[in-house]
Amino acid sequence: MLSRTAANLFWMGRHLERADTAARLLDVGQRITLLPNTASGYQNEWNSLLQASGTASLFADKYGEISQENIEEFIFFDRDNPSSVMSCIERARESGRIVRTALTSQVWDALNMAYQDLRRIQKMPRDKIDTAALTDVTTSHTSTVRGAINATQLRNDGWHFMNLGYGLERADATARLLDVKYYVLLPRIEFVGSGLDTYQWQVILRALSAHRAYHWAYGGDITAGRVADFLILNGESPRSLITSLYEAVWNLEGLAKRYGETVPTNARDKAREVLSRLQAHDIDMVFDEGLHEFLTWFIGEIGTISTLVHEDYLLGGS
Amino acid sequence: MSYYNEMYEGSRVREPYARLSQWVETMPADFRQMKQAEAEALFRRIGITFAVYGEGGDPDRLIPFDMMPRVFEQSEWRKLERGIKQRARALNAFLRDVYGRAEIVRAGRIPARLVYQNDAYEKAVVGVVPPRGVYSHIIGIDLVRTSKDEFFVLEDNCRTPSGVSYMLENREIMMRMFPGLFRGNRIEPVDQYPDLLRRTLESVAPAKCNDRPTCVVLTPGHFNSAYYEHSFLANLMGVELVEGADLFVDGEFVFMRTTQGPKRVDVIYRRIDDPFLDPLCFRPDSMLGVPGLMDVYRSGGVSICSAPGAGVADDKAIYTFVPEMVRFYLGEEPMLQNVQTWTLWKDDDYRYVMENLPDLVVKEVHGSGGYGMLVGPKSTKEEIEIFRKKIEADPGNYIAQPTLALSTCPTFVAEGLAPRHVDLRPYCLCGDRIELVPGGLTRVALREGSLVVNSSQGGGVKDTWVLSE
Repeated sequence: MLSRTAANLFWMGRHLERADTAARLLDVGQRITLLPNTASGYQNEWNSLLQASGTASLFADKYGEISQENIEEFIFFDRDNPSSVMSCIERARESGRIVRTALTSQVWDALNMAYQDLRRIQKMPRDKIDTAALTDVTTSHTSTVRGAINATQLRNDGWHFMNLGYGLERADATARLLDVKYYVLLPRIEFVGSGLDTYQWQVILRALSAHRAYHWAYGGDITAGRVADFLILNGESPRSLITSLYEAVWNLEGLAKRYGETVPTNARDKAREVLSRLQAHDIDMVFDEGLHEFLTWFIGEIGTISTLVHEDYLLGGS
Repeated sequence: MSYYNEMYEGSRVREPYARLSQWVETMPADFRQMKQAEAEALFRRIGITFAVYGEGGDPDRLIPFDMMPRVFEQSEWRKLERGIKQRARALNAFLRDVYGRAEIVRAGRIPARLVYQNDAYEKAVVGVVPPRGVYSHIIGIDLVRTSKDEFFVLEDNCRTPSGVSYMLENREIMMRMFPGLFRGNRIEPVDQYPDLLRRTLESVAPAKCNDRPTCVVLTPGHFNSAYYEHSFLANLMGVELVEGADLFVDGEFVFMRTTQGPKRVDVIYRRIDDPFLDPLCFRPDSMLGVPGLMDVYRSGGVSICSAPGAGVADDKAIYTFVPEMVRFYLGEEPMLQNVQTWTLWKDDDYRYVMENLPDLVVKEVHGSGGYGMLVGPKSTKEEIEIFRKKIEADPGNYIAQPTLALSTCPTFVAEGLAPRHVDLRPYCLCGDRIELVPGGLTRVALREGSLVVNSSQGGGVKDTWVLSE
């Protein structure tokens, strides 16, 4: 497979997952502002979320004032924001268009329809659109694409690159969302365990479509420890760090096996190592280490793996 | 002027259209509209769109598709086929000759100036004979019809003629929407084209290739207006679609960058123009090509289709000499006629053309896509005078032809069927053999009375049928 084709499939996966994350972020913010009991009001929460996605200064430069409409425009539609839903879907479609021959027509249809639908919504008057619907439309389209990929794509190296993109992006996104919650959102340490704390955890779970799953898995109350366990170490949770990374490793193993010994496997080796360190943790160890420090380490390692993927496969051996 | 109508002779329906006529007459209007919408949705879904340069607007514009097919009888097609193959052989013989000893110039049959001072003549490949002596592997020959038996060649396209994806998709969509039509008529298939193309490419692999040849399609990228066609053909042939940056030269070969490291490439079906192929040989600012590619080509490490320099055979000044080439190289009489052409760098022709501008079609020698031309009978006095000034400034840049009575084919318009002018581009493949699929791309001028069929000027396309015996 051409390196450029592989790179486009990899980034198609990443951008689709990133669009999903942006839509969920909007949902998190929206729900948190419905709870009016933090010191500096809702503006603070939105700002934290923007910081988490690394786009706070871009927003400040372009819009200045934080308002529901501005935020929605920025996170959802704004093409100047590289992480907006629109930007990500557009780039995913562009990647898909470049490698049309590597996609089944079902996948292309789903991807193209997602794009056309967003363009349609973008032309609608803003007061006719509500935030929840935007999130729903996005997650529904990204799921359709994902479903088409699973149902129709050949299980070849292209499949591995797409899913590798998904896996790494998802691991990164979950880690960042968790970090926002723990490190940024909660105003002061005294709030740990408070009603606000619990509510925020609930929102995070909801945003990851994991609210019900959590209850099935743990029953009973929502506590920081259990939610963190669910989102970091639980192998049944579809968006947990361990599941996402496991999928990335699985796809890297697939590539290594397919390509044989002549092609380097540095990404695979690194991903294996991070996974085994994750497996050696329990949730108490994570909190002892400090959740923020742990997540910072993890996000860094995902970045390293992504770089190694490029070096191993996407530069074409020259 | 009266025009040959391909379907009707007076009120009588011509033989090849007999069944179609029934189909049209029994089709309810709302059904037709529904099918037309369905066809458009299909085109948009598969992503066949066409960007028109300099127009702005929707970058994903569709070429209008007309559901009324154009039909040829087997005997009509046979005649065309023989003429096209003959012409393709002569064009390749000419290219072999002018990059070699240029006997045709020595014999005084073609002025040296038209060959050697032609922008498309590549000095960089003089003396290089490509595998099997084939320079142009895919030749698109544009034909128009003026009566039952008269066809004329409007132009030859020896570089990288486009549009074949429409030929294939038009058929695909017609078969999907109206399977009954195909059961009732015996229509020769065209869908073997990609296989034939691949075989043609493989048959011209360089001598240094001693395995099954690896072919690729080289595209300028997804911003190109014909990108869809590039990816479509690569996909149907089962070969990689590469951009310049995917290829690199190492030693005496060309390689592509793959996830498993470098892989050697033997045959490049390029869809980029000569000047962009290799920044070390042609335009140094080209980002689309592959540095060093021409060195590998000249030393027989890779085949390029069409070969660099093939364009010298298809410009409008050389065109007038193609019948001469047929006689000179093949010793045969040309089966397909040229349109009478006045070349404005000759004094007599110049005088005649300037006196008769309102009756003529004037074209730029290097123009394409229906741009930069004057259709005399369809132009106002002012337009003609403006064009006259342009000709006076640079007569050598123009040729003129009579306004041909282009045949018409019934076409769906708002009120039902109406005659619209059509042309035909069949695609001739030249490798170890010369072959073409029965059919081609029919372009139709959708505006009433218009003679310009180019898609950039509001033309549409039709499925083209050749009936079997």
